[in-house]
Amino acid sequence: MRVARVVHGGAIHTAYPVADHPQHLRLTNGEVVGATKVQWLAPFEPRTIVALGLNYADHVKELAGELTLTKQDEPLVFLKGPNSVVGHGGHTPKPADVAHMHYECELAVVIGRTTQRVPAEHALAHVLGYTICNDYAFREYLENWYRPNLRVKNRDRSTALGPWLVPANEIPDPQNLGLRTLVNGHVVQQGHTSHMIHSVANLIAYLSGFMTLQAGDVILTGTPDGVTPVQVGDEVVTAIDGLGELVNHVVSAP
Amino acid sequence: MGRMHPPLALTSSPPHTWGGTVYGVMLNHPPALEALGEAAHQAPYQAPPKAPVLYIKPRNTHAGPGAVTIPPDVSQIEVGASLGLVIGQVARGVKAAEALNYVAGYVTVADLRIPHTTYYRPSVKLIARDGFCRMSDTWTPRAAVANPDELTVKVWLDDALVHQTTTGQRVRGAAQLLADVSEFMTLDPGDVLLLGVSHGAPCVQPGQSSRIEIDGLPPLTNHYLTTLELP
Repeated sequence: MRVARVVHGGAIHTAYPVADHPQHLRLTNGEVVGATKVQWLAPFEPRTIVALGLNYADHVKELAGELTLTKQDEPLVFLKGPNSVVGHGGHTPKPADVAHMHYECELAVVIGRTTQRVPAEHALAHVLGYTICNDYAFREYLENWYRPNLRVKNRDRSTALGPWLVPANEIPDPQNLGLRTLVNGHVVQQGHTSHMIHSVANLIAYLSGFMTLQAGDVILTGTPDGVTPVQVGDEVVTAIDGLGELVNHVVSAP
Repeated sequence: MGRMHPPLALTSSPPHTWGGTVYGVMLNHPPALEALGEAAHQAPYQAPPKAPVLYIKPRNTHAGPGAVTIPPDVSQIEVGASLGLVIGQVARGVKAAEALNYVAGYVTVADLRIPHTTYYRPSVKLIARDGFCRMSDTWTPRAAVANPDELTVKVWLDDALVHQTTTGQRVRGAAQLLADVSEFMTLDPGDVLLLGVSHGAPCVQPGQSSRIEIDGLPPLTNHYLTTLELP
């Protein structure tokens, strides 16, 4: 069953959906609460956060003007810290000097057990589940040293995760999911995981070939084209078939 | 989403077991940038770095003294000796003048990497192999180190002193680095921020050992094996 982590009554709870009542959650103690009456945390505590740049052919084309990238054999991997995480319904700060802050709707793959040198054909057996990620970028801060640099991709609360951790058995084929992003109700980004350059299974095989993945590690698998700037006050909804809708609010940085 | 930690002053467990995040910084030693010469102004870099050039050493890399496996696909690895700043309090938006108050102490770090000379978009594979971030098993409280920016750093390979530098002459010294990193991201207790490796770090091959000595800090000794030699 899919699970969430929420704060209610001053404590962190594991929460579950209530059949036929999408506006409600059931806590482990049996209590049923309104979904908007709780604070949502990321649905699991991320350990190592691995992210992919340019993993959709259409997005590569979109950014071609600024890339020196030509043919890419190896996945473009970068890492993020836990400071970047924020839950469903959360707030992501937009610095005042940034005009080009944009969302990135991504399938997030949560590893369920220690994974070393697993071949692609067995890789999905190591997946605990899936969730949605909105991995913001702040392009004014881009520098060409150790790209993408942390000032662009590792800002506090710039990586929304949630709302649910959906168990792998509910997603039989992670390469058959539609993705979309809505800003203030308007669809601004659409894609499909079948267009990934490196599939989920291939990414797990690649990564586990040189680093041991552990339970709670998460792979953010990249975003399709259609990134546009967001403004303070915008409501950004990233949605993936079968995983739900992840809501995020852009706020001004203090 | 902050994390919960015991007060670091009471922690005697080895830093590599804390589960914090280790942040490294490239090119914080001016000779490293000078070695690039005009290339730093040309494609793909276009301009020298403005912000600290940061990277993350993820959890699978964290380990202590002892055996290091050199991956079978590489012949040698670079041993980057670095001072590690152990974060003691949540640090965000701290001023350089107060930054060291957020440091609980210092740890000796061997930041291991597969040698590479391009800094545009190096593969994570070069820096994040299992066991590629070695930290001494104990750490030194801040009060025991008068000035983190003037410590002698010695690297011995086998029994030969091969690299002697200091923690000084940095693009950003310890306090300024912490201030500039915390300008855009939060550091938590148990995180470690590396001051960065001096230019010209030595490389090791299987069969060799390294010993890093930083003034006033516990030394860190490692030896290097190929996978076939592991028990």
